[in-house]
Amino acid sequence: MVTLRINGVAHTVDAPEDMPLLWVLRDLVGLTGTKFGCGIAQCGACTVHVDGKAMRSCLLPVGALGDRTVTTIEGVGETPAGKALQKAWLDLEVVQCGYCQSGQIMSAASLLSSTPNPGDSDIDAAMAGNICRCGTYLRIRAAIKRAANSGSA
Amino acid sequence: MRSEHANGGLHSASRRTVLKASAALGGGLLLGFGIMPAMAKEAAPEGVFSPNAFIRIAGDGQVTLIMPQAEMGQAVYTAHAMILAEELDADFAKVVVEASPPSDKLYGNPTFGLQATGNSNSVRAFWIPLRKAGAGARALLVAAAAEAWNVEPASCRTESHAVLHDATGRRLDYGTLAGRAAHLTPPADPPIKDPKAFRLIGKSLKRVDTPDKVNGKAVYGIDAMPPGVKFATLAACPVFGGKVGHVDDSAAKTIPGVRQIVVLDDLIAVVGDHMWAAKRGLDALAITWDEGPNASVTTEEIRTKIHAASESAGATAKAWGDADKALGEGERHDVTYELPFLAHAPMEPINCTVHVRPDGCDVWAGSQVQARAQAIAAKVTGLPLEKVRYHNHLLGGGFGRRLEIDGIEKAVRVAQHVDGPVKVVWSREEDIQHDLYRPLYYDRLSATLKDGKINGWNHRITGSSVVARWLPPAYTNDVDFDAVDSAVDIPYDIPHLRVQYVRHEPPAVPTGFWRGVGPNNNVFAIESFIDELAHKSKQDPLAFRRAMLGKTPRLLAALDLATSKAGWGEKLPRRVGRGIAAQIAFASFIATVAEVEVDRDGEVHLRRVVTAVDTGIAVNPDTIVAQLQGGLIFGLTAALHGDITIDKGRVQQSNFNDYRMLRINEVPDIEVHLIASGEAPGGIGETGATAGPPALANAIFAATGIRLRRLPVDRDLLSGRKRA
Repeated sequence: MVTLRINGVAHTVDAPEDMPLLWVLRDLVGLTGTKFGCGIAQCGACTVHVDGKAMRSCLLPVGALGDRTVTTIEGVGETPAGKALQKAWLDLEVVQCGYCQSGQIMSAASLLSSTPNPGDSDIDAAMAGNICRCGTYLRIRAAIKRAANSGSA
Repeated sequence: MRSEHANGGLHSASRRTVLKASAALGGGLLLGFGIMPAMAKEAAPEGVFSPNAFIRIAGDGQVTLIMPQAEMGQAVYTAHAMILAEELDADFAKVVVEASPPSDKLYGNPTFGLQATGNSNSVRAFWIPLRKAGAGARALLVAAAAEAWNVEPASCRTESHAVLHDATGRRLDYGTLAGRAAHLTPPADPPIKDPKAFRLIGKSLKRVDTPDKVNGKAVYGIDAMPPGVKFATLAACPVFGGKVGHVDDSAAKTIPGVRQIVVLDDLIAVVGDHMWAAKRGLDALAITWDEGPNASVTTEEIRTKIHAASESAGATAKAWGDADKALGEGERHDVTYELPFLAHAPMEPINCTVHVRPDGCDVWAGSQVQARAQAIAAKVTGLPLEKVRYHNHLLGGGFGRRLEIDGIEKAVRVAQHVDGPVKVVWSREEDIQHDLYRPLYYDRLSATLKDGKINGWNHRITGSSVVARWLPPAYTNDVDFDAVDSAVDIPYDIPHLRVQYVRHEPPAVPTGFWRGVGPNNNVFAIESFIDELAHKSKQDPLAFRRAMLGKTPRLLAALDLATSKAGWGEKLPRRVGRGIAAQIAFASFIATVAEVEVDRDGEVHLRRVVTAVDTGIAVNPDTIVAQLQGGLIFGLTAALHGDITIDKGRVQQSNFNDYRMLRINEVPDIEVHLIASGEAPGGIGETGATAGPPALANAIFAATGIRLRRLPVDRDLLSGRKRA
């Protein structure tokens, strides 16, 4: 049994130590906002925060988490960066199919927490690991800047 | 903590739009090609007004709009809701949308005669039918108020969820009127609004689906979690058409969480307590495949065969003038173009959740063909159709992949062996290697010029026919109407023209509709060849095109706008070039200028894209801009990186490491200019995808003098490491 702190709540689950956090979240805890896209950390759809930092949960064994905190898309709206980004995402209508957007927002929130005023190359570096098949990249970039400029991130 | 999510349940307190579980509706009038959907009143609970299959109004005034098409990011839920709400004069903030149940009869796409979201026609095919549906409902609400007030209906008007009688200052809202309206007979042919009176259409209203897509609440097919669901993943033979030979499951059975191994004729599924157990279990199986007859198929063999097939004339899809004679006069140019197989790779891999019981079956997925999904489950299980409940969800990308029901069919076959519901999720590798691919096309074009303009033109298209498999009644006279789309309606004024189609099915590889479908291939070939002819006759590519667009003023206007915004004609640095693509695609008129820099290694850097589009009446302009930007990126991704290759009868690519996608740092600014128009709406979902590759290839030529006759872009050719 493993106990994890997810979005401020403790969850004790019957998960083997090598089970990736992605599947613990989706299949055992019931938080399906974090998505499966590739399983090899190439697409970013599975991005969560571990102690506030973006990580790909598809390759993150729960045994390695210890008592670090996990934040998912369901909880990131409680953080200033997450809330500002969700607002900017809707203001600019970033989303099309939306499947990649949980991961996009999580990567962006991690960026804004460490770099409140990111330039284009900061955005490139932080976001290049998140694929969007619908091609919403231009609006993602604009929304990150909007959230950064809003002062509430 | 697993609980069944309401079908696509979305909540937005600020926008007050909610996606609800689909109701089970039955019956209805027969729907044929081109016939408008049923206007019959549905049997509804007392007090609920349900004048047709698309609208329900409850006593509290809540308006529920039932969506015939699948939402896969193209904003069709928003567009359709706006169209219905417009004619209904509903308060858009009070509107709730609901996915339609499976039904070709009630929700069939008028273009196809079946329930299908594809070919960029959700708005244009449903434009009149939905407007009539909204108008008919409005007429009944007016009649109900007029009856209540004992006045003439003509003396009443509607505004934002209410009927008003100005002469006496009276007002009744739709909720209050619902019960009375439910007893009235719908008018046969209600008048629809003059577009000048539109209040909603033409405005960039906020999308109804996006609030829940930024907070993890949106439910895609992969997220459906019926209570007690188990998890499975599967593998089919990596060689197309192969079967299961022998399976040694001794190691798999020892993996914690593995519950069951289902071995079928053509695939193996491992069922477990969670996806990790299922995946580990599948990896631990020792499988010997019976590879079957296709085990030595290669891309080279496929290419050799299609080139040979292209030597016959095929069927004539379109002809005017005397192409053979005109091609015998003057300087003649002959070229070939070739496009590769492409995978769809939507971000949500193929998945389907199924619960088979002796007396019925539930199926949860995201599909572009809801009724076909229900029907295949009924066929596999032998259950009557009415015992199969199909629940459609938001799609994490469609792009044509979810026009196919193979994922549903396989999941149902697995579920037949499982007690309780099972969610079957394909790995990304399985998704890429068991796709139905955009066909490999081979085009032969010939043209002669006279006085600087094209005089004779022959375009022979050779490739697989997806239509012949997907919609057989539409494949007639040996012509696939989709494979020749945008070729038969070429916008240029060409006196002598012939378009030919040679149907050639590749060995082994299954083919399907890929965003942009037939026009992708044809627009690439045509716009590249037009560019070649311009350069060969020493004419500017813009002027060359302009001189032949006299009959297509809408495209000429788009071309002039795009090129002027792009600064066409400006001097550019070395190795930087601009290219044009102009086409009619999906009833929209689009002109695009791409600007690239090609470095000494042959790497192509996208600097800027400018596009101008006349798509008729724009229901929601902002969503159209988004679709064009997204479509352009989709097509440019394929042009730069997309290549599905076959060796030993199997696809060589497997995941995003070797089937590469454009990333945020590689995408240039994309400027979209929408031309205001009062014409009927055109299609937009695929339009951008068709524009990118030819504009790119033409820009690369301008930058390097090297003409690309094949995609994806060959860096070795562009760097000089290889000669054409």
